[in-house]
Amino acid sequence: MSESVGKKNAKLARTLLIIAVAMFGFGYALVPIYDVLCEWKWIERDRPDDIKKVPEVAYEVDLSREITVEFITMLNESTPMEFRAEKKQIKVHPGEYNTVNFYATNKTNKDLLARAIPSFSPAVISGYFEKIMCFCFDEQIFKPQETKTLPMRFTINPKIPKEYNTITLSYTYFDNTEKSVKK
Amino acid sequence: MSAVVDEHDHHADDHHDHGPAKGILRWIVTTNHKDIGTMYLVFALAMFFVGGAMAMVIRAELFEPGLQFVDPAFFNSMTTMHALVMVFGAVMPAFVGLANWQIPLMIGAADMALPRMNNMSFWLLVAGVLLLASTLFMEGGAPNGGWTLYPPLVLQPITVGKALPFAVFSVHLLGISSIMGAINIIATITNMRAPSMRMMDMPLFVWTWLITGFLLIAVMPVFAGAVTMLLTDKFFHTSFFNAAGGGDPVLYEHIFWFFGHPEVYIMILPTFGVASTIIPIFARKPLFGYASMVWATGAIAFLAFIVWAHHMFTAGMPLAGELYFMYATMIIAIPTGVKVFNWTATMWDGAMTFETPMLFSIAFVVLFTMGGFTGLMMSIAPSDFQYHDTYFIVAHFHYTLVPASIFMLMAAGYFWLPKWTGHMYNEKIGQLHFWLSAISVNILFFPQHFLGLAGMPRRIPDYAVQFADWNMISSIGGFIFGASQLLFLYIVIDTVRGGTGEKVTDEVWEDAAKHGLEWTLPSPVPYHTWTTPPTIVPTEHVLDSH
Repeated sequence: MSESVGKKNAKLARTLLIIAVAMFGFGYALVPIYDVLCEWKWIERDRPDDIKKVPEVAYEVDLSREITVEFITMLNESTPMEFRAEKKQIKVHPGEYNTVNFYATNKTNKDLLARAIPSFSPAVISGYFEKIMCFCFDEQIFKPQETKTLPMRFTINPKIPKEYNTITLSYTYFDNTEKSVKK
Repeated sequence: MSAVVDEHDHHADDHHDHGPAKGILRWIVTTNHKDIGTMYLVFALAMFFVGGAMAMVIRAELFEPGLQFVDPAFFNSMTTMHALVMVFGAVMPAFVGLANWQIPLMIGAADMALPRMNNMSFWLLVAGVLLLASTLFMEGGAPNGGWTLYPPLVLQPITVGKALPFAVFSVHLLGISSIMGAINIIATITNMRAPSMRMMDMPLFVWTWLITGFLLIAVMPVFAGAVTMLLTDKFFHTSFFNAAGGGDPVLYEHIFWFFGHPEVYIMILPTFGVASTIIPIFARKPLFGYASMVWATGAIAFLAFIVWAHHMFTAGMPLAGELYFMYATMIIAIPTGVKVFNWTATMWDGAMTFETPMLFSIAFVVLFTMGGFTGLMMSIAPSDFQYHDTYFIVAHFHYTLVPASIFMLMAAGYFWLPKWTGHMYNEKIGQLHFWLSAISVNILFFPQHFLGLAGMPRRIPDYAVQFADWNMISSIGGFIFGASQLLFLYIVIDTVRGGTGEKVTDEVWEDAAKHGLEWTLPSPVPYHTWTTPPTIVPTEHVLDSH
């Protein structure tokens, strides 16, 4: 092997190594790229990113339609809580406002930092489901054995396409006590 | 041609004192591409039997409905480890081994470009696989959440035990090993070719490996990144995939399949290269459509990067996304079809003979095409909702891996072993091995199409009784297939130790020297070759032009 080939090999190997390291970085860059693509609706999340408070505006209530909203409550892994909704389902007219209470209990003798994450099915209606008040906006601190009553006030935008008659809304409580939460 | 051989012989005389070192140290510290290639191949064969033994456990448990032999968690460990061992321990290292042996011989290079890194990448592979295997003996057992390591499942205590960090570090080592291997192969092909060999003179095995090398460099680091995120989510309170902290488990699926889809082509492109090398020799014709083969390989590699979400049609995507990934996936059928037609056209009107390597190659063309067609069925997004996570997908990817990648690795063994060892393998046992394998692989995997269409989910140790009959047939095929592979082990050992005793010529196969440089070297291949680069380059391209 002549000296120049050795040099060429080393140079090429260096370039390829840089590409490999850059691709490792690209893997991490996919995280923010994913968020942007979700925002552009290129990728659809059943867990809406914008779990934001919406101001209460008066819609014209569409009495001709009735939509069933079902509630599912879940705990992630071994979250030491009890969590239930006051009713399994309610029937609502698009545009009218309703409040449903949820109840969550800390089953431990320590403070608990917990967060509920919503998910919709079908996913596409998440944009029409408007929450004025929801415990899912923030983390909550539960004192030992404390039970909280958690109201959720919502309406369904009357513009919701005709074919949707049932919406399932699920909440999962996560134990965030040990997690440093990324905001 | 004879000029090349004479020149080489003359050189071999000059260097007769530079043989391999004696003893075990030869293998540990070697930088010789042939030694390292041999180690890769032996290691891959050993892992093929380890992964195969796991498959036998799976098929034994599925022989009848109900739980017979293993508990469900161990069963799931077996499906997970079978996949990881076969992908990262058997198929990928076997092709790297072939690359180490053949690329320098085929392009007229004295050795790989970076011989010491070559040694290191092999031993990192061994370390990575041992680390992975060690999880089998840990409290809680080996990873059992599937080889895709999807969160949140893989992060839950019941599925990981203590194994997750070991699996993650194992992936890191395997990733570093294959990236170094890829860098070495690309540098060898780019800089070490005989001066008279242009890019479009290179044999297709070299072309397919060049492109595979770039795929490896592009995606192995992404996988390493994804598993690192799993690790930090589990132990350092990050929230990449944790919904409570603003993360999303579906993000992992996207990152994984951005790696995963090119990964499946990493296992199939060198397969195409081996087929394109073997078929012309036994058809006694130049490869049909050399340039289109090169471009098709490049096209498949490019498409590999833009179709990943067809693994996730049911994960939730807007309609436009489903349609895009559906059509993009279907386009892959075009370059793949070009290849299948080219192999068929190469055989067309050829003076074909049916030695064992050719038999495996023909079976590859037929059975790989079947695997390709079931892939097309699943590319149709609405249909995929039925096939997803059933035995249909299991049948699909096993058709593209076992009678494709594995068959061509076997074919490569039969094809090049006489060249490497100077001994002829036993053709009768080779043919027996082929027919047993080709028949039993279909008994094994074909019924799985029916099971999948009828709705049997994958990765379960027990199933509803209506699936019993086809599962039993599939298991019987599996046992025959598994046992038949012991014949291959016997043949390899027998050939290395002298084979039939028949003296093989330098060409080994009739007129092989017209098709590739390696056949102009003596058999067995001396320890050092091409210390002076060859001046005449017999390639498909040269043959094409006359």
